[in-house]
Amino acid sequence: MNAIEKVFEYDMPDSQGYFGPYGGAFMSETLVAAIDELKHQYERYRQDPEFLAELTYELKHYVGRPSPIYHAKRLTAQLGGAQIYLKREDLNHTGAHKINNTIGQAMLARRMGKRRVIAETGAGQHGVATATVAARYGMQCVVYMGSEDVHRQAQNVYRMKLLGAEVVPVESGSKTLKDAMNEAMRDWVTHVDETFYIIGTVAGPHPYPTLVRDFNAVVGRECLTQMPDLIGKQPDVVLACVGGGSNAMGIFYPYIPHESVRLIGVEAAGDGLSSGRHAASLSAGIPGVLHGNRTYLLQDAHGQIIETHSISAGLDYPGVGPEHSWLKDCGRASYEAITDEEALHAFHSLCRLEGIIPALESSHAVAQAMKMAPTMSPEQVLLVNLSGRGDKDMATVAERSGLLL
Amino acid sequence: MSRIATTFARLAGTARKALIPFFTVGDPQLEMAVPIMQALVAGGADILELGVPFSDPMADGPTIQRSSERALSNGVTLTDVLAVVAEFRQTDTLTPVVLMGYANPIERLGFATFARHAQAAGVDGVLVVDYPPVEARRFKETLSQVDIDTIFLLAPTTTETRIQEIAQLATGYLYYVSLRGVTGAATIDVEAVAAQVARIRRQATVPVGVGFGIRDGETARCLGEVADAIVVGSRLVETIESSSKGELLGNVEGLMREFRHALDNAS
Repeated sequence: MNAIEKVFEYDMPDSQGYFGPYGGAFMSETLVAAIDELKHQYERYRQDPEFLAELTYELKHYVGRPSPIYHAKRLTAQLGGAQIYLKREDLNHTGAHKINNTIGQAMLARRMGKRRVIAETGAGQHGVATATVAARYGMQCVVYMGSEDVHRQAQNVYRMKLLGAEVVPVESGSKTLKDAMNEAMRDWVTHVDETFYIIGTVAGPHPYPTLVRDFNAVVGRECLTQMPDLIGKQPDVVLACVGGGSNAMGIFYPYIPHESVRLIGVEAAGDGLSSGRHAASLSAGIPGVLHGNRTYLLQDAHGQIIETHSISAGLDYPGVGPEHSWLKDCGRASYEAITDEEALHAFHSLCRLEGIIPALESSHAVAQAMKMAPTMSPEQVLLVNLSGRGDKDMATVAERSGLLL
Repeated sequence: MSRIATTFARLAGTARKALIPFFTVGDPQLEMAVPIMQALVAGGADILELGVPFSDPMADGPTIQRSSERALSNGVTLTDVLAVVAEFRQTDTLTPVVLMGYANPIERLGFATFARHAQAAGVDGVLVVDYPPVEARRFKETLSQVDIDTIFLLAPTTTETRIQEIAQLATGYLYYVSLRGVTGAATIDVEAVAAQVARIRRQATVPVGVGFGIRDGETARCLGEVADAIVVGSRLVETIESSSKGELLGNVEGLMREFRHALDNAS
């Protein structure tokens, strides 16, 4: 690290899993023992050379890491401003950053003697990544998915089934990601002895937000060396979409001490923040307790969680990882919101100008970069985490264009 | 002495066990909550647990999830639940009332406001499912200032050390979750539960209740031999769900009588 670079002191979370006032471990007594066990095992393996060597090997040979960083020259030229670079997490095995985390958690599950893994999924990317590693390690796998999302992401449902997972449609509540998470928690409580719950985002009771962040931080660590290699310096701004916030924490975390690098998380504004139909917890929410942690939540005046909307199932979540809540409050990161329309425009732009079909989730981050680039100079650099590819979104995009596949 | 302590002391005097029914306020309608409470007491209930509806009841099975959804679709809020308790207190000043629910509606209202209103309404205890003791410190302090008990859960997976820690913090009574699962799940292993309850009672300075999976009088009778209290939740909620408006109160009272009879024939 350059000696003249200012360093932001950061050592989060504390021993109770708190990021400032956010995080913690809010769960029924039934799960306390399982969470304590996970905390204990993770503390042990996170510094175990043999575990880390195996993880590095898997990330290289199974996932295909490191993922490249690509200079989106035509997109940059069209916008006429800051240079846009893309961290290509879409090129990972299974098509998104999610597998960085599922490999790590599955390796923990194996060491803890758990033969059965469960997961919640929204867009289906985390479900596919979990089903993939379950097949890879010969584990039983059950994935909970809101029935609304089962319709939206039929291809990913089939992929999970091909990989040998059981996909359980969840009919309760809003039938989306939050309800899938409720149902996965209920499964875990019921089968706690033999089951490992692979949470897909940086939320849930401590230690999940830390553990998922750490497994995804490989993304940001690679960028820290790749950017100087490519352009001789770090980017001015790092952008990532935020639903629960795992890809964003993955790329943000190693950059937190680099104070000169702005970190911007991009939430789903759906039909617009003023419409009430969105999923922007940090931009429009109030702190509360859900799914095991205290964080910004979209809730009504009586503390009931409200239904969210986004064109991208992976961002359609009323909460957000507690570390993002803290980064917002302490000012180290800022958060913007992008509408469905803006995300779709960015999606089509990247398809036509760069030959890259991005996930609708990642398109939100691209859209924010497209907004900012023209206001910046060509010497400045925007690094976008292209967290996933858009193959899964063909039906959704076609439908919005009035086509039926 | 608090209403909860008085109730357990009175029962101990006659060697009877406490019968604690649970139902969600606002299911089937908000106006039915007080009549249901009165019917439960008439049928032999000793303490009433009122469910505060929440949009994301993670620890509950399908039966109580559905009742929570019905209550929410009726627009029922935590403030409404407190008003129900206040109305109930106009005709019943003896039966303890415990609120059971999730953290977020209480945090939204704010601890201090909640505590003040709960005390004014005549609430005796509060059980927040997603507040394990370590996250409940400030909440427990706030409630103890207004003499309201914080009820904690114990589970089959709770370690011996934790049983000791939680037993020391406990006020009112301890609630032992008799199975690995959500509310209303499959039948329980009575012998295993009995052994666990005996273990907890050795540590506890407050009475120990058992709940989750108690579906019939026979199970209640067996567990009544080892525990101080029996909680009946999903079975009551099912009765409320399946009863027509005209027969609802009669069915609720009848179900309580059935459990009361079974419990009183224990030991």
